[in-house]
Amino acid sequence: MRLAEAWRVASDALRANRMRSLLTMLGVIIGVASVVILVAIGTGTKQQVEQQVEGLGSNLLLVVPGRIEVGNAPVVSPLDLSDADAVSRVVGDPGRVAVTVASGATARAGNRSDFTTVQGVLETTPSVFTRSLSRGRYLTGADVDTSRRVAVLGDSVARALFPDRDPLGQQVTLAGVRFRVIGVFAPLGQSLGVDRDDEVHVPVTAAQRLWGTQRIDGIAVKAPDRERIDELGDRIVAELSRRHPDTEFSAVTQRQILGVLGDILGVLTGVLAAIAGISLLVGGVGVSNIMLVSVRERTREIGLRKAVGARPRDIGVQFLLEAVLLTSVGGLTGMALGVGAALLVDAFSPIPAAITWWSLALAFGVSAAVGIVFGVVPAQRAGRLDPVVALRAE
Amino acid sequence: MTVPAVEAVDVWRTYELDGVSVSALRGVSLTIDQGEYVAVIGPSGSGKSTLMHLLGGLDRPSGGRLVIGGRDVTTLTAPELATLRNETIGFVFQAFHLLARTSAVDNVALPLVYRGVGARQRREQAAAMLGRVGLGHRLHHRPNQLSGGEQQRVAIARALVTEPAVLLADEPTGNLDSATGEAVLELLERLNAESGVALVMVTHDQEVAARAHRRIAVRDGLIRSDSLHDRPPSDGSGVPATLDPAPSAEPRSASGSGPGHPPGGPGGAAGATGRLPRAEERPRPSGRLHRGDAG
Ligand SMILES: Nc1ncnc2c1ncn2[C@@H]1O[C@H](COP(=O)(O)OP(=O)(O)O)[C@@H](O)[C@H]1O
Ligand SMILES: [Mg+2]
Repeated sequence: MRLAEAWRVASDALRANRMRSLLTMLGVIIGVASVVILVAIGTGTKQQVEQQVEGLGSNLLLVVPGRIEVGNAPVVSPLDLSDADAVSRVVGDPGRVAVTVASGATARAGNRSDFTTVQGVLETTPSVFTRSLSRGRYLTGADVDTSRRVAVLGDSVARALFPDRDPLGQQVTLAGVRFRVIGVFAPLGQSLGVDRDDEVHVPVTAAQRLWGTQRIDGIAVKAPDRERIDELGDRIVAELSRRHPDTEFSAVTQRQILGVLGDILGVLTGVLAAIAGISLLVGGVGVSNIMLVSVRERTREIGLRKAVGARPRDIGVQFLLEAVLLTSVGGLTGMALGVGAALLVDAFSPIPAAITWWSLALAFGVSAAVGIVFGVVPAQRAGRLDPVVALRAE
Repeated sequence: MTVPAVEAVDVWRTYELDGVSVSALRGVSLTIDQGEYVAVIGPSGSGKSTLMHLLGGLDRPSGGRLVIGGRDVTTLTAPELATLRNETIGFVFQAFHLLARTSAVDNVALPLVYRGVGARQRREQAAAMLGRVGLGHRLHHRPNQLSGGEQQRVAIARALVTEPAVLLADEPTGNLDSATGEAVLELLERLNAESGVALVMVTHDQEVAARAHRRIAVRDGLIRSDSLHDRPPSDGSGVPATLDPAPSAEPRSASGSGPGHPPGGPGGAAGATGRLPRAEERPRPSGRLHRGDAG
């Protein structure tokens, strides 16, 4: 029997049992659609995070106490502003060094309030982290030196506290202390579901006074050139270790952060794809079941076909093609649904999604393979049926 | 010398059921020659269907020698046997066995699918065959849109579209009322006379059996009698000889006494046989005729 003929017979059989074919395909459709959409979300998130980390500014070095490793508890920082000065001397340019001391706090203006993160920073922050303002001005060296109670609001905070007023020149109360708004950041958007515009920058000296501390959490350095960034990091760590012999310090680069984040997101994407793959497998078992039912139902047809000259292979190929057709049509439908859903998610939700060709090829390939793997047993059974017994079947 | 269409020598067929073996056939020897018209009779459970399945290569003997179209069945693989069935045998079943969702013409074309004939040529041949069984106006009807008699005629067309050497009909009128059954029977007899296909038919009806030129009586898995009748009994009073353990009619052995019995007797069908002579030395007339037609 020609292959084209077998295709026709297989598709006729599927069309004759439309509802059952559809329900059988459903498992495969859902499996493939979830592989496509989950991989799209994983990939989209990874791309977004990579962009954002790169957007932090090039040649960035973050210096923090403790080790940067997944699962390590944060260490209480022994650093203070004199350490930042020491780092500035190592770098040779105070304009390339930023610090932060951060804490959650409630910001109030009039009868509105917003829980946000207050960051105590130096005036160098915008150049080190490549931040820009939409209104007003940033902190100055004088603001820091005199612990002036001035604040630059993140876009979300500005909207929450001053929905219908210009925030510039207005008062905000941070942890009970009044600050004057001097600027508003340009919006950054979200990253991994976190609102990056939900923050307030104040002079580090004012923040330390607010919380009654001399400490800072960490130091960031914009290295003068990429090639010697690791060497610079080592020198900074050496200097800080000399000043604080009891504490371990880490200097991490963007590349390292990207590597760690990429690994985490890669594993996450893989796990999601595997879970979706399991549903595809379950769909395959469904296909196998239905094919066995189909063989039993059509026993007499098989007997008759054999009586008029069908060889075991002709019958086997016919049923195998039926299974493959079932899963590949299901696979294509699932791909279309998955791509559609991913595009919708990307367009209308904060979750990013990016379609990758390999995930489409993989999902389709796997669904066709599922048809072959789970179709072989029923097909062999059909091919081996004894025609005399088959013709007598009810 | 004529090549027999089917030759069985001491054929056994034994079924194993829960460790107990039941022999449906216990040493059957017979020869079906080209163009013969044979009726097989016998009580229910005597092994008639089993015999038909063996003669058609649908089943294999448990013992003995079975040669279909010059080929020893025991030496053939399953695919080879399937091809042999396709080329040499046409089956007609009591239950029609048409594909339900398939038009008459595609049902008839089915055996040609497994012969690798292209779709268009298949349909042409199937349509022509349906015309020969008087269903030229029912090509695109589905089985459920046809009467029982029409369905059986579609099945007959399907059996003959490959121009087989032997047509095996197992109680072909068993599911039909007597008038329709008679029409189907006449069709089978006409096709046997016209095309030279050997017709082997299982029947319960003594009158029907009496119309065949040769009667084989089966009982308990054995052939009790195998007799030739040059002309049907005029009174239709049956054929007592066939049920008699000691037949008075001419007994036949595996060697066969030749097919020299024109169907329909000296009267009616002599012209028909003359038109399409016995295909001597033609173990597989179907294939060759087909290719001739196609070219
Ligand atoms: N597949 C089978 N398994 C076991 N016994 C069978 C099978 N087919 C037929 N038989 C037995 O073989 C005998 C002959 O059956 P069959 O050829 O169908 O008889 P008939 O067609 O003359 O009525 C019966 O006793 C039947 O029960
Ligand atoms: Mg029977």
